[in-house]
Amino acid sequence: MKQYLDLFISFFKIGAFTLGGGYVMIPLIEKEVVDKRKWIDNNEFIEMLTLAQSAPGPIAINTAMFVGYKIKGIKGMIATVLGTVIPSFTIILFIAMFFMEFENSKTVERIFCGIRPAVVALIAVPVINMLKNNNFKVYTIIIASCSAVAVWLLSISPVVVIIAAGLCAVMYNTFISKQC
Amino acid sequence: MLNILIQLFITFFKIGLFGFGGGYAMLSMIQYEVVEAHQWLSIKEFTDIVAISQSTPGPIAINSATYIGYTATGGNVTGAIVATFAVCLPSIIIMLIICKFFLVFRKNKYFSAALGGMMPAAIGLIAAAALMLMNSYNFVDYRSLIICMASFVLSYVFKTGILKIIIFAGILGYILF
Repeated sequence: MKQYLDLFISFFKIGAFTLGGGYVMIPLIEKEVVDKRKWIDNNEFIEMLTLAQSAPGPIAINTAMFVGYKIKGIKGMIATVLGTVIPSFTIILFIAMFFMEFENSKTVERIFCGIRPAVVALIAVPVINMLKNNNFKVYTIIIASCSAVAVWLLSISPVVVIIAAGLCAVMYNTFISKQC
Repeated sequence: MLNILIQLFITFFKIGLFGFGGGYAMLSMIQYEVVEAHQWLSIKEFTDIVAISQSTPGPIAINSATYIGYTATGGNVTGAIVATFAVCLPSIIIMLIICKFFLVFRKNKYFSAALGGMMPAAIGLIAAAALMLMNSYNFVDYRSLIICMASFVLSYVFKTGILKIIIFAGILGYILF
């Protein structure tokens, strides 16, 4: 029982104190489960991370699930997922209750007039960083641009775009470059 | 009410199931489903939620699901629980399968080939999320453009933290507008 509680508390702390979403949470998870608690070793953590990133869904949740499952099976997984989700769920719920009341105030509107364009910049920055980490490969840029245009200008559902990109890559590898 | 809850569940399950590439890549899916398909929120409200998600702890996908679940049901906590649960559920199912067949998946040729196409597409989806938010609701005039460019430089060049940039933009907005 104590170990479930430890898992829950570790991930609750990570969920409660990390701003900026999944990618920011990864180093904190690593510090907690590899360095401090020594639940898993470094190599295993890196393997988990690769799979967590290749599975759909929020990366922080996927990583939390891996750690929980690895240590205590399905119940451990439930403990880590609840730990990660509960802080953000509670905070957002409070804000939603509060924000709906003040949404129409002039002051709040002026503040958000400033924040909205900043949000656009904050979403654009990771795109450039990801392309940079990929050394601006032509293949990546072409697929990324086609996907962006399909969603942005042609209003194609992102779900369709993701499935199509996966299928095209499999077909290309099977029939053209014959790697499969 | 039950109808909305079922729709919330299906929508967020779909977002969780196809959300490759993490939270930011899921934003364009959330926007497509919530703003365009179901019209639970206006584009302005959606941008505000992204801002709130970015300045509060936790994964963005979870934050938006909680918030949209609550507001789409007109302020009902059940809606928030349903949407949050639905966005996590596909990950839980898929991760359970992956945990069982850890090595099989990693070495599967078709799986890694598909990923090779889906990961660049996910970068494109993040770009689409940014492009779709560049509209006349969020960009009122040149003042919005200045705030956007200043935030970009702070984040990209000076690596300023997200919360600091949002507070800075909020103060600028209060002064300029």
